[in-house]
Amino acid sequence: MRAIGIILTGGKNEKLHELTDNRILAAMPIAGCYRAIDFSLSNMTNSGIKKVAVITQYNSRPLIEHLSSSKWWDFGRKQGGLFIFSPNRSQKSNFWYRGTADAIYQNLDYLKDSHEPYAIISSGNVICKVDYNKILEYHVDKRADITIVCKDMKNTNEDLRRFGIVLKDDENRIIDFEEKPLEPQGTVISTGIYVVRRRLLIELIEEILSGERYDIVNDIIIRYRKKKKIYAYMHNEYFNSIANIESYYNCNMDFLDKSNRKYFFGNFPYISSKVQDEPPAKYNSGSVISNSLISGGCIINGKVNNSILFRKVFIGKNTSINNSIILDGAYIGNNCCIENSIVNTDTVIGDNCTYKDRKGNIKIVVNRECIYM
Amino acid sequence: MKRKNIIAMLLAGGQGSRLGILTTHVAKPAIAFGGKYRIIDFTLSNCINSGIDTVGVLTQYQPLRLNNHIGIGIPWDLDKNYGGVSILPPFVKKKTGEWYSGTANAVFQNIDFINNYSPEYVLILSGDHIYKMDYEKMLNYHIKKKADATIAVFEVPIEEAHRFGIMNTDETNKIIEFDEKPKVPKNNLASMGIYIFNWKVLKEALAKTNSMYPKNDFGKHVIPFILGNGGNLFAYKFQGFWKDVGTLQAYWEANMELINLIPDFNLYEAYWKIYTKNEIQPPQYISKDACIETCIIGEGTEIEGNIYNSVIGSNVSIGKNTVIKDSIIMSNTAIGDNCKIYKSILSEESIIGNNVRMGIGEDVKSIDYPELYNSGISVVGERTCIPDNITIGKNCAVYGKLEIDDFQDKILMSGKSIIKEEVD
Repeated sequence: MRAIGIILTGGKNEKLHELTDNRILAAMPIAGCYRAIDFSLSNMTNSGIKKVAVITQYNSRPLIEHLSSSKWWDFGRKQGGLFIFSPNRSQKSNFWYRGTADAIYQNLDYLKDSHEPYAIISSGNVICKVDYNKILEYHVDKRADITIVCKDMKNTNEDLRRFGIVLKDDENRIIDFEEKPLEPQGTVISTGIYVVRRRLLIELIEEILSGERYDIVNDIIIRYRKKKKIYAYMHNEYFNSIANIESYYNCNMDFLDKSNRKYFFGNFPYISSKVQDEPPAKYNSGSVISNSLISGGCIINGKVNNSILFRKVFIGKNTSINNSIILDGAYIGNNCCIENSIVNTDTVIGDNCTYKDRKGNIKIVVNRECIYM
Repeated sequence: MKRKNIIAMLLAGGQGSRLGILTTHVAKPAIAFGGKYRIIDFTLSNCINSGIDTVGVLTQYQPLRLNNHIGIGIPWDLDKNYGGVSILPPFVKKKTGEWYSGTANAVFQNIDFINNYSPEYVLILSGDHIYKMDYEKMLNYHIKKKADATIAVFEVPIEEAHRFGIMNTDETNKIIEFDEKPKVPKNNLASMGIYIFNWKVLKEALAKTNSMYPKNDFGKHVIPFILGNGGNLFAYKFQGFWKDVGTLQAYWEANMELINLIPDFNLYEAYWKIYTKNEIQPPQYISKDACIETCIIGEGTEIEGNIYNSVIGSNVSIGKNTVIKDSIIMSNTAIGDNCKIYKSILSEESIIGNNVRMGIGEDVKSIDYPELYNSGISVVGERTCIPDNITIGKNCAVYGKLEIDDFQDKILMSGKSIIKEEVD
């Protein structure tokens, strides 16, 4: 593969409430035993990209911990590998990353020292499966300067105001781009995945940085949309990008659908993740399970319906879990009732507790500080 | 020169013929156990959890699966710059070449491997037991007692003692007598097949006994030899869970014990994890119509049927209206709709069609292999396909590339077996 990868993990986001108190979006647990960044990383390694940089600064600790043993994605090789770039004070700069373009600029040596002709930029919180070989082929075919992977969100009820909206002509050339518009003019969104020639990327970034501009979308894509040839590559398969409680909840629940599981985990190439050596899940007598995903290391004594249990979750007797997401290591005691909620990692819930929210209004996030006995 | 204080030699070459068709193409240590594990995982995990990072695995019988599984030892953190895991098959020497003819003979043939690390102590293990044991504690005991060799022993019921090597000890636990499978046991301290030797003592004993006995064995020859020469042997009493899974009945029972409410052998203890070669698998999915009670189930499994009292491996699919009870289903297996499977063992990658019934009928011993299939358990071998609408009785063994014509009237009566050597 003639490209290097860059994964941008984004900045502060408060729309996931307590879930992102200590965690960056890219480190959010997804589908039982994955994390959001596994999708971007697996897409890169499955496409044959040997050298990938993860640029991170906000709440980076859980992410770095997750990536530290890069062998799960077949990185850690003599050629290439996984690079983690967090902000670095040097003689020339003592800034935090001031934007996506600045984040790349501050690590421009990574681009300059590589010899692959292309760079692929992805964000760390996109849940999709793409083959970069196809996109690169398309990019070369179209003689594009920049190719953006786009998705038509016509048939979803997603709130399009949180995406970049793309207007394209019949040839898929992008003629206009609006970032997070209040009134979206179209339904085609940018997924935040870009293909660009490495040398051009260096040029563009150096150019806008000299004008004290720091953002890829606002300062490169939008400002150069007429001058450079920017093309949209239409991705017609599953796409989600987690950015708020609703999208996070819905994205997880999508994996209760067999076709989605088969698409991501059953059809080669698979999405990989860090293996954590959990024992098989254990169902004691009195357990009633229906339409749920259960991960390794769980011990279940109660009822679980229409829910996702991440690793090492304990569910007590007579407890019922409904339409909920229970993250890793949560302990839920006897006689509890949890509905339409998200229970955060390592939360301990004592006996006889109830957390219920209206359906379609997932707000309750139960946190590890909430310990009731 | 670098050297190791202690290295382990893991004997994993045995066939385990008492497990019938489970070991036709797999060595016993590589048989699946407890959902996602293989039997050897427990010993390898014990090694790394006890701080032993140099392990020689002696293989001989059907080593392919075992070699694949162990690889360079990554899952157990045994991929070390110096040490780690080495697989040691028999090999041809300058003048001769021979198979491993006994446990001690196998170690004798690998003296060069041990010399490479010039260890103070050598730990001898076998890869076919289920237990968690801190070998470091045993080593400390060995050092404290100033022993030449220490043998881990387990208290067995006295009526079963005749099946084991029995230690007769004095009040300081010094071994004064060793009876290999005695008719009238004087004691109930059974050898677990786990030994720590001072390498000097062992090297000498191996050299001497190997010229005397063609099938040189630790229990039969080396231990009596050291004892006879006035060696200092001590028994180390082990009190945790230890199980030999050498027969179908014992294998089945040990699996079933894992699903107890609080099992004696607890896989969920974070401080003594059991490691295995993990395929990255999604979580298991339990459908709307499924019913699950008292089971353990591996990752990536999709269940639409009803499972009671069973151990299910990874990446298994179980169809609608299928009932599985008291059974062991190994990884990568597919079971169709409307099946009834009672007290059976399905090996890896087997495929069961729709409307198959297993483990039904009267409990008669196997006609061809009464010593193997006699505990009411029916077994399907690996990569074996059972066609639709077949009924299989109790104590049956089915293995190989089967045609529908192999089953008369679509029934295999209790106690009968179809075993073909070739598989797809």
